[in-house]
Amino acid sequence: MTRGGAISVRGATKVYDPDGARVIALDHCSMEIGAGEFCVVVGPSGCGKTTLLNAIAGFHELTAGEIHLNGQLLSSPSQPATPGSDRVVVFQNGALFPWMTIAENVAFGPMAQNKLEPKQAKEAALETLETMGLSLIANDYPGRISSGTRRRAEIARAMACHPQVLLLDEPFRALDALTKTVSHQFLMEVYDRERPTIFFITHDLDEAIFLASRVFVMTTRPATVKKILEVPLPRPRDFRLLASPDCQRLRAECQAAVRAEALKAFSVGERER
Amino acid sequence: MTETASHSLTALASPSSILPKVGLLARLGRNLGRWLASSNPWLNLLGLGGFLILWHLLTTTLKVPLFAKLPGPWETVKEWFSLNPVYGISIFTLEYYQHIGLSCLRVFLAFLLATGLGVPLGLLMGWKKTFSDYSFPLLEILRPIPMLAWVPLAILMWPGRESSIVFLTFLGSFFATLLNSWLGVKSIDEAYFRAAKCLGASESLIFRKIVWPGAMPYVFTGLQISVGYAWFSLVAGEMLAGEFGLGYLIWDSYILVQYPVIVIAMLTLGLVGSISSLLIRSLGNFLIRWKVRESGQ
Repeated sequence: MTRGGAISVRGATKVYDPDGARVIALDHCSMEIGAGEFCVVVGPSGCGKTTLLNAIAGFHELTAGEIHLNGQLLSSPSQPATPGSDRVVVFQNGALFPWMTIAENVAFGPMAQNKLEPKQAKEAALETLETMGLSLIANDYPGRISSGTRRRAEIARAMACHPQVLLLDEPFRALDALTKTVSHQFLMEVYDRERPTIFFITHDLDEAIFLASRVFVMTTRPATVKKILEVPLPRPRDFRLLASPDCQRLRAECQAAVRAEALKAFSVGERER
Repeated sequence: MTETASHSLTALASPSSILPKVGLLARLGRNLGRWLASSNPWLNLLGLGGFLILWHLLTTTLKVPLFAKLPGPWETVKEWFSLNPVYGISIFTLEYYQHIGLSCLRVFLAFLLATGLGVPLGLLMGWKKTFSDYSFPLLEILRPIPMLAWVPLAILMWPGRESSIVFLTFLGSFFATLLNSWLGVKSIDEAYFRAAKCLGASESLIFRKIVWPGAMPYVFTGLQISVGYAWFSLVAGEMLAGEFGLGYLIWDSYILVQYPVIVIAMLTLGLVGSISSLLIRSLGNFLIRWKVRESGQ
């Protein structure tokens, strides 16, 4: 069942030095994410969560440290990772190609990797969309559908590659509360069906507790892991779970940790990068 | 639970797939119909009529000194649609169409060349930094040189008049196309490139599926500007070196004191120019319908 990949981040450090002003985004950050684990990362704005995600995705290299995928070196300063379809990203502001229909978007991955002929890829895409309850919008351009549906379609596009790791950078940030809960349900179903390893960044603590197997609370910049919360709630989960005492307790614990870091960040005048 | 959730998910999707896939001609027809159904045609006619009346008043009725030498609208139209034109140019003469045809051919050739070279070059410059590092300074020096400054070199370079006119016309439109194609790539969100790489796209696929369609809106803006420049440059070229063509006709009629023909040729240029621009715009809207739909919301 599990086909997700295990990620091991060891002493990851990233220093941005654009014009002499050294900014340490990640400072000896280490985390072990199990195969098929749903890992949610929370922390103050601009703390370096996205930097870590980008390093795993292969969008930029580390200044020091290593990232391993299934025990194999993925990224180190001397051998930076390149982006690949085993680690697909769902972007903060959405990156469905606006000039392709939803079906073409979903077919893009398998076609690009030469796994399928364009025609087969299109058929497979329609099947994927069908499974995910998105077949009505298969022939629409992204500009025509609601932002919530766009996010789900982008997740469908990512899953069409059957990645080992799904990286999501605050995917539901701009959605209204109602659309958000439906989107959570959607992501949970996708996760329960395929069990990829998920690396999910968010600011929303309810979202974090509801989705995660474990929540990683990050410190303010430079980011390291401050606290790891186990979320031993059974799956599949239902949205009513959020009201349960267990959930409330976890949320309070999480909030205390995040708040302490947010206050620190606030006092040194950090801003969103 | 699962079933109701997925049901509500699909219900959120908009039903635009019901819209028929419309072709270029159908789209043109629909736009024309919509335009005729609105109040716009009457306002358009009113504007045009006002201009004609003013023109008539200034040149014929009042004979204002500034305008006294110019042909009036009636004189022009009479000549334009005459079976036996005084100066030999009307819609019933073959020569009129020879001038139009040759001008169109020159613009078409030059525009084709400028597009064929300018678009790929601009896209490459926007996509690959090394490529733009090589070419950008050169481009920035050559681009501001007014087309007219090229005339002597064009005549020296090319064997015949024809090729030098096409060359000048080409220059006029080339830089606008190049620059807009370059800007078009620059306008593409970095996230699309990253997403494509994540999904396993090769460089050539990124060029075909991201760079090319992503830059398309700017490319077509560029083409519209460039076809305007092409007509501008063409007339200058024809006035200087032509034997035929609307620009030549204007200059020749001036020398031969055939003033109505000047205005006929000018108005013809205006019409042909509008049509060429309209054609490009329609093609652009057709190819970029994903964008039209987006902004249409």
